[in-house]
Amino acid sequence: MSGLLVKNFSVSHGAIAAVKDLSFTVGKGELAAIIGSNGAGKTTLLRALSGLIPHQSGEASWNGNSLLGKKPEDLVRSGVVHVSEGKSVIPELNVKENLALGGIWRKDKKDVALATEEVCELFPRLRERLLQSADTLSGGERQMLAIGRALIARPELLLLDEPSLGLAPLIIEQIFDAINQLRHKLGLTVVLVEQNAMSALKIADIGVIINVGSLVTSGPSQELLADANLRAAYLGY
Amino acid sequence: MLILDTFLIGLSSGAIYALMALALVLVWRSTRVVNFAQAGQAILSTYIGYEVMNRTHNYWVSVPFAIVAGAAIAAFVDAVLMRALEKRSHKGSVSEIAPVIATLGLLGLIRSLTGMIWGNAYLQYTSPASGKGYEISHHTIPFSPQNLIIVIGALVVMGVFAAVFKFTNLGLALRASSFQPEISRLAGIRVDRIRTIGWAFAGAAGAVAGALVTPTTYLSPNSLDLLLVSGFVAAVIGGLDSLIGAVLGGLILGVGFAFILQYIGTSVTFSAAFFILIIVLFLRPRGILGSKIGRRDA
Amino acid sequence: MRKSKSLSALIFFAIGLFLLGLSNFVDELRAYQGAQVGIYVIAISSIILLTGFSGQISLGHGALMAIGGYSAVLSYNHWHFPMLLAFTFGAAVAALAGFILGMAAARLSGPYLAGTTLALAVGLPSLANQFHILGGEQGLSFDIGEAPKWIADKTGGDFTQYKWFFWISVTCTLFTMWFIKNLLQSRFGRTWRAIRGNSSAAALSGINIGRSKVLAFTVSSALAGLAGALLAMILGLVAPMAFTLTLSFTLVTGAVLAGVSNLGGSIVGALVLVVIPEITDAVATHLGGSEKISANLPGLITSVLLILTVIFAPNGPQLHKRNKSGKAKTQ
Repeated sequence: MSGLLVKNFSVSHGAIAAVKDLSFTVGKGELAAIIGSNGAGKTTLLRALSGLIPHQSGEASWNGNSLLGKKPEDLVRSGVVHVSEGKSVIPELNVKENLALGGIWRKDKKDVALATEEVCELFPRLRERLLQSADTLSGGERQMLAIGRALIARPELLLLDEPSLGLAPLIIEQIFDAINQLRHKLGLTVVLVEQNAMSALKIADIGVIINVGSLVTSGPSQELLADANLRAAYLGY
Repeated sequence: MLILDTFLIGLSSGAIYALMALALVLVWRSTRVVNFAQAGQAILSTYIGYEVMNRTHNYWVSVPFAIVAGAAIAAFVDAVLMRALEKRSHKGSVSEIAPVIATLGLLGLIRSLTGMIWGNAYLQYTSPASGKGYEISHHTIPFSPQNLIIVIGALVVMGVFAAVFKFTNLGLALRASSFQPEISRLAGIRVDRIRTIGWAFAGAAGAVAGALVTPTTYLSPNSLDLLLVSGFVAAVIGGLDSLIGAVLGGLILGVGFAFILQYIGTSVTFSAAFFILIIVLFLRPRGILGSKIGRRDA
Repeated sequence: MRKSKSLSALIFFAIGLFLLGLSNFVDELRAYQGAQVGIYVIAISSIILLTGFSGQISLGHGALMAIGGYSAVLSYNHWHFPMLLAFTFGAAVAALAGFILGMAAARLSGPYLAGTTLALAVGLPSLANQFHILGGEQGLSFDIGEAPKWIADKTGGDFTQYKWFFWISVTCTLFTMWFIKNLLQSRFGRTWRAIRGNSSAAALSGINIGRSKVLAFTVSSALAGLAGALLAMILGLVAPMAFTLTLSFTLVTGAVLAGVSNLGGSIVGALVLVVIPEITDAVATHLGGSEKISANLPGLITSVLLILTVIFAPNGPQLHKRNKSGKAKTQ
């Protein structure tokens, strides 16, 4: 079976159940937007999928191979890359080093160079600031850097945690645009966790709406956007 | 002339403190643990070097053995002891300092072990370089060929480390893992393995310090003890987060000690370490080059 | 369930009488070791108080013991303080040192504090060589003399000096335990527990964390000073060699073995520390081992125990049971 399958997935923080019995699927090459307000459990979901935190019960697999019980660094080698919430760059290193980090583990250095070139094409701002320290970058630039680094690992499944957080609307548009372009061009499967429901659903194939850890509904994003109740609850109009 | 002489003495001992401080900072940055067993690991590596030297009667052959031993011991300690601690991090007042206490236990363990194997007698680790000071226009300066070897040796080690850290992928992985282990994991870096390699580097640095300084005194299970404290003080002076700071701190401490020794007297030296430490921590708690991530985030 | 103060005092008193009576039936060596155990109990309790209850680490309590010991001896030899007053003086001076150290310590944490106290442990004893009055390497002698006549008469038979040491040590130990017990049940103890549990919450509820920590350091140092004075008593002298770095490490070891938050465990820790050299000696001679082995075996075993304890049971034998989610049922 291809794609991402999550079934009856539960994750707890200590005594608190953050994700409860969640199930959804994402077909290969699709972009799924996971929507929910703060504290809905979206970040916890991603962190459990990528192996940063343990899960309590349920299944999760990518292309038939289970994701669970593996360390994040191992999953990267199977093509599953998680760009975590907040600015997930290393401020003490410069842009070039941050990018290089994405490809250190890879054996095919030629392809790493190629991928780095492609990232700089996609995000020209990064090329301009190559030798600058990452903590001098703006919020949007950092997000580009984080995504760029992830791309150098040549992922098949990309987990993005709230890339729009704290960014200006114009930048958000640019970044979502880039994400959309990318996944069509590279055939990526993307799981996009967002509070910014509108922008996310616009570029998504399917939407998964979560509230307090449980599934509210899921389905093709067009349908969700058309549903007036949902729009009122989550999209604000 | 006296000032220059004193400075030269300080340079040599400062080089050794710098190496020990370097080792401590390397481990601190990657694991947030001060490895008090560093001196123990160093002395054990030195004993191994000593055995090789006894058999080959060649100091220069023994040094690489000591270095490899130092790296191996350190890697072993991280892979076994530190992982075990991590796996079982309970809550409670001791658990934050559990790794520190574990390294103390390790220090005692190594000391006892070396005492059992080699005895507490003072042994001589001879180096081909003479311990007699150079003669410059009829004046014997307190800087001998052995001192020169110490300074050069320390510089070589620092140079190698700097090169590795700045120019190699391994160095990048080491830096990234120590700054942001989680992000590094997500980028595909095997942070655990890298950390062990970091410890191995630290162990090697300590072994070099031991192999360099022991010919000037004697070899016994306790001979590097003062080094333990001095190395730590040097690291704090420079700022626990900074490798360059470690080197600076070592030099400052070495030269400072030399001047105190010269102008005040021997018996104050031990307590001087304490006072220097208190003063530095009071005036600049994060050390000269320490980062702003304060010393409370232990 | 809180026993009333007078009841617990009575219990301590009864235990005291029992132990003192016991001393009539044991030989010299055991009496001496009993005194040693008492001293260790006090010293280890001081560390438990500091680390287990206020979360600060000290690798330099040996130095604090030295301060107490030297002060007591100096006041006894030069100012002719009576014995108890000399002990109290030793504790007081150590408390003062602890107060100063505690002020510095309140701003430090973790490894910085560890390293500072380590530097103290290494640096302080050597000061003896700097100031003539401290007697240099040989140290100063300390002879508290024989037991008062009325005690010797009461117990009949020979009441040796070692037994007298034992009595003094036990009395001080029991007093210390009683004192700490009450201190922990007082509002100071509650404050410390609150800080230990959750320092941000404690600060928000108005507790002055800095002040509590300094207080803990001061009290802990006073106890260490007392232990140092007692140590000087049984050794018959104070010298730098009696207060080495190893002593400081040994105390921390004892505290960890005891279960750092568990005061009663200090007795276990002390016994372990005194008993281990005995056992290893016996083992070593049995194995016909060399000097090298028998001299280092106690250190080896203690270190291994320390490592194992800190890995598998860092907070000591868990008398507070924890359920699976990691929350403590009792505190």
